[in-house]
Amino acid sequence: MSKFRRFLESRGFINAASSILAIVVGLLVGLVILLVSNPSEAFRGLWVILQGGFGGGAKGVGQVLYFATPIIMTGLSVGFAFKTGLFNIGTPGQFIVGAFAAIYIGVKWTFLPGALHWIVALLGATVAGGLWALIPGIFKAFFNVNEVISSIMMNYIGMYGVNYLVKKNIYDSLKALSQNVAPTAVLPRAGLDKIFYNMTGANNVHDASTVNCGILIAIAMAIVVYIILNKTTFGYELKACGYNRHASRYAGINEKRNIVLSMVISGMLAGLGGGLLYLSGANGRRIKVVDVLAAEGFNGIPVALLGLSNPLGIIFSGLFISYITQGGNYLQRLDFVPEIIDIIIAAIIYCSALALIFKNLVVRLVGGKKKEAEDIAAEAGRAGMSGKGLLPPEETPETPEKELAADQEAETGKEE
Amino acid sequence: MDYIIEMLHITKQFPGIIANDDVTLQLRRGEIHALLGENGAGKSTLMSVLFGLYQPEKGTIFKNGQPVKIDDPNDANALGIGMVHQHFKLVHNFTVLENIILGVETTKRGFLKMDQARKKVVELSERYNLKVDPDARVSDITVGMQQRVEILKMLYRENEVLIFDEPTAVLTPQEIEELMKIMKELTREGKSILFITHKLNEIKQVADRCTVLRKGRCIGTVDVAGVSKEEMSEMMVGRKVNFIVEKSQAHPGEPALEVKGLTVNSSHGKKLVNNVSFTVHKGEIVCIAGIDGNGQSELVYALAGMLPADGGTVRLNGKDVTHASIRSRNDMGMSHIPEDRHKDGLILDYSLGENLVLKRYYKPQFQKGGFLKFKEVGRYADKLIERYDIRSGQGAATIARSMSGGNQQKAIIAREVDLNPELLLAVQPTRGLDVGAIEYIHKQLIAQRDAGKAVLLVSLELDEVMNVSDRILVIYEGEIVADLDPKAITIQELGLYMAGSQRRQAQ
Repeated sequence: MSKFRRFLESRGFINAASSILAIVVGLLVGLVILLVSNPSEAFRGLWVILQGGFGGGAKGVGQVLYFATPIIMTGLSVGFAFKTGLFNIGTPGQFIVGAFAAIYIGVKWTFLPGALHWIVALLGATVAGGLWALIPGIFKAFFNVNEVISSIMMNYIGMYGVNYLVKKNIYDSLKALSQNVAPTAVLPRAGLDKIFYNMTGANNVHDASTVNCGILIAIAMAIVVYIILNKTTFGYELKACGYNRHASRYAGINEKRNIVLSMVISGMLAGLGGGLLYLSGANGRRIKVVDVLAAEGFNGIPVALLGLSNPLGIIFSGLFISYITQGGNYLQRLDFVPEIIDIIIAAIIYCSALALIFKNLVVRLVGGKKKEAEDIAAEAGRAGMSGKGLLPPEETPETPEKELAADQEAETGKEE
Repeated sequence: MDYIIEMLHITKQFPGIIANDDVTLQLRRGEIHALLGENGAGKSTLMSVLFGLYQPEKGTIFKNGQPVKIDDPNDANALGIGMVHQHFKLVHNFTVLENIILGVETTKRGFLKMDQARKKVVELSERYNLKVDPDARVSDITVGMQQRVEILKMLYRENEVLIFDEPTAVLTPQEIEELMKIMKELTREGKSILFITHKLNEIKQVADRCTVLRKGRCIGTVDVAGVSKEEMSEMMVGRKVNFIVEKSQAHPGEPALEVKGLTVNSSHGKKLVNNVSFTVHKGEIVCIAGIDGNGQSELVYALAGMLPADGGTVRLNGKDVTHASIRSRNDMGMSHIPEDRHKDGLILDYSLGENLVLKRYYKPQFQKGGFLKFKEVGRYADKLIERYDIRSGQGAATIARSMSGGNQQKAIIAREVDLNPELLLAVQPTRGLDVGAIEYIHKQLIAQRDAGKAVLLVSLELDEVMNVSDRILVIYEGEIVADLDPKAITIQELGLYMAGSQRRQAQ
C-alpha cells in the first residue's frame, strides 16, 4: 500500500474529508436556492458567501471571530454531552442564563476591582449555565427523565425568566436592550482590535471589530475539554457512562454522579459562551427582550455535528459557520432579501450537520469495502452520535458479521 | 446425489481476515446438516453468504442443481431459503400472527385481511406441532415460544431450506428437547435444515451429517452416526479436547463469603431471593444450580452490590459488606464475571485495552494526577492478551464490539481473574462458547480454587455443575433447597431438586 493510499485511509483524513464534503454539498444546495430566488445574481451571491468574513475586510474577519466564540462554546457544550451519551438540547437556556449572570455582574458589581470584574462575571456565567443544566441532569440520573424533554422545558423557563429579570434589573428602556456593562467588565481586547480593523473616512479612523479575548478563551476551553475527555480518568469514566451505563455501574463507577456532572459541565460551557458574547464593548451584543430562544444555543448542535463532536474539530466548525453567516450578511448588498439569506445559510448548516452520513460515503469511495464502512460506523458511534437522545439504542450483536447483517437487513428492509 | 443446496468453493474475505477459504457445503434434501466450528470459525459468514447478506469473492451456489445468484435476503426468500437468527427479529409489541405475516400481509383494498392468514398459521402450527397462541403478544411469550414464531415465519413463507443459527443458545434444556423434536418433524415433512452450533450433544442427537469449519477452512464433512463426539471436537479445535474436567481434591479453608438470611424483593414486593444463607470457603468452587429465573441473577447482583439487599447480611473475609458500594467490594477482593457480557461486562465502544482496565483505571498504576497513563494501559493490556490468549484484529486497540463472543468473554475473564480476587463470582461463564473455550475457562476457575481463592459459580448447564463444582447449592424459587456433594448424586437426582420436587435442608 502506497503512502498516499495509507493517508487516504487514515481516520483523520476520512473525518476531515467527510466534513468538507458535507460543506460542499451544503453550498450546492445554497446555490440552488440562490438560483431560484435571484438567478441573475446567483453566482455572484455564492461568491459573496464563499468570501464570507473576508467580504468585510479585516474588521469582517474580526467579526467572524467574535460571532464564532459563542457557537464554539455551545458546540463544545453539545459535543461534550454527546461524547458522554447525553443530548443536551438545553443550550439556549443555559446560554442565556449565563449571559444574564454575566451582564448582571457586569452592570451591578462595580465594587469589584477592574482586573477581577470581567473574570468574576465570566465565572458567574459559567456557574449559572451549570446550575441550569443541573436540574435536567438530576432528573436524568435519579428519575430517568429524558434529558431532551427536561432541558427543552428549561430553555423556555430560562428565556422568559431572563427577559423578566433583565426588565426588572438591568434594562435600558431607551434602546429596549440590556444595559451596557461597566468598562471593567468588558473582556480585554488582547490586542486583537489592533489587527482586525478597517480604515474609514477621510481621517483614517480605526473602525475596529468587536472581537476580544473571548475567542482565545473559547479555543482554550476546547483544548481543556479535549484533554479532559481523552486524557483523564474523569473523561474515561464520563465516556464509559455514556456508552454503557450498566457496565459502568458494574465496574463501580458512580454513574448517577457522572451523569449529573456531564450535564453540569455541558451547561457550564454553554453558560460561559453567553458570558463571552455579551461582555463586550460599545458595538457588541445586548440582550433583546424578545420571546425567542437564543440562536447561538441551537447552533451549537450543527457545530458539534459538523465537528464530529471532537473539541478541536468544533473550533473549526464554529469558525466556519460564523464565517458563512457573515458572508450571508453581505448578501444584502446584492438585493437578496434577509429571509432568503437565512434560508440559504440554514440549508448550508443543515447539510453540514450531516457530516456523519458523508463519512460513510468517503469510506466507501476510499476503501470500497463495506466492512470498513462498518468500522467507521462503529467509530461514529464512538464519536457519540448515537447518544441516547439521537438514535434508538442499538442492539448489541455477537459478532461484527452479524452486526453488519442486521444493518443490511435494515437497509434492504425486506428480510422476509 | 440429490442436493437441494450446494455451496462450492466459497471464499469470502474481510480486510485482514479470510472468513471463508474455499469452503464447500452440500445439503441433501430432507436432512439435518450441522455446521460445526469454534467461535469465529466462519459459520455465520457462510450462512450469511447463503442468505444473501454477503457476496463471496469466489465460489458458486447451486439450488436443485441450477446455479443461482443471491444478492439479498429477498432473493434467498424467493429461492425458499429461510433463516432463524440467533437474536430473533420480531416486533415485540405485535402479536404472533402479526409478526408471522409481516412483510407478506394479505390485504384487500389496502386493508389487512387476517382471516386467511390466521387459518394458514393455525394449520401450520398444528401440522408441525408448533403450538403457539396466534393472538399473544410477542413480548409476553417465552424465548422458546418466540423461536417457534420465527420457525412459523419461515413455514408461512413456504421455505424449504431452513437455517438455524445457534438456535439453542438462548433456550432452557426443556426447550432444547422440544426444538430437537420440532426439527426432526420438519425434515419428515420434507424440509432441509442447516443447523449452526458448537454443541456436540445436539449434533449427535439430531443431525445426519456434519460439516466442520476451522479458521475459515472446511475441515471435512462426516456422517454423524459414524464419528464420536471426541473425533468431532478434535476436527473442530484441531487438538484433543478433554471433556472430563481434571481437578484434584478441594481443600476448603477459611470462609471467604458468608451469607446470612439474604433477601431481595422485586419492585412489587415479591421475594426473588428468600432468606438465603450459605458459606463459600477459600479453596472451593461452590455452584448455584437451578433452572433459569429462580433468583440466581438477583442473588449474584445482591452479592456484587448491584441490587440492594432487603434483609440479611453478606460478609466478605469476615467484614460486613451488606451495604458497601460496588467499588469497595471490588477493592476488598470480589470479582464478578457477569451474566450479561454485553450489558454489564464490557463497554462495547471502548477498545479492548480500555475494557481490560475497567476495574483498575483509577489505581496509581494507571493514572497520575487524574491523567490516564495510556502507555501503561497498553502494556498491561498486551500482557493480558498474551497470557489469556485473547484474539482480536488490532490487539489492545480493537474495539470490543468487533470481537467475537468467545474472545469478549475471555477478555472479561482475564480482567476479573487478574484482579487476583479473594472471591470470584462467575455467572454462566461459558454460555455460548465452544468446547475449546469452555475447557479453558474451567481450567481458569480450577486454577483460582487451587490458588486458595473462593469461587461461586452460577450455571444452568448440568454437565458444568457436576464436573466443576466441589459443592452444589440448588436454588428453587429464590430459596436454597439443597446442599449437595456432586460425587454423591446423579444428574437425575440433581434435576429433581432443581425442579423443586425434592428438598434437603441446607446447612
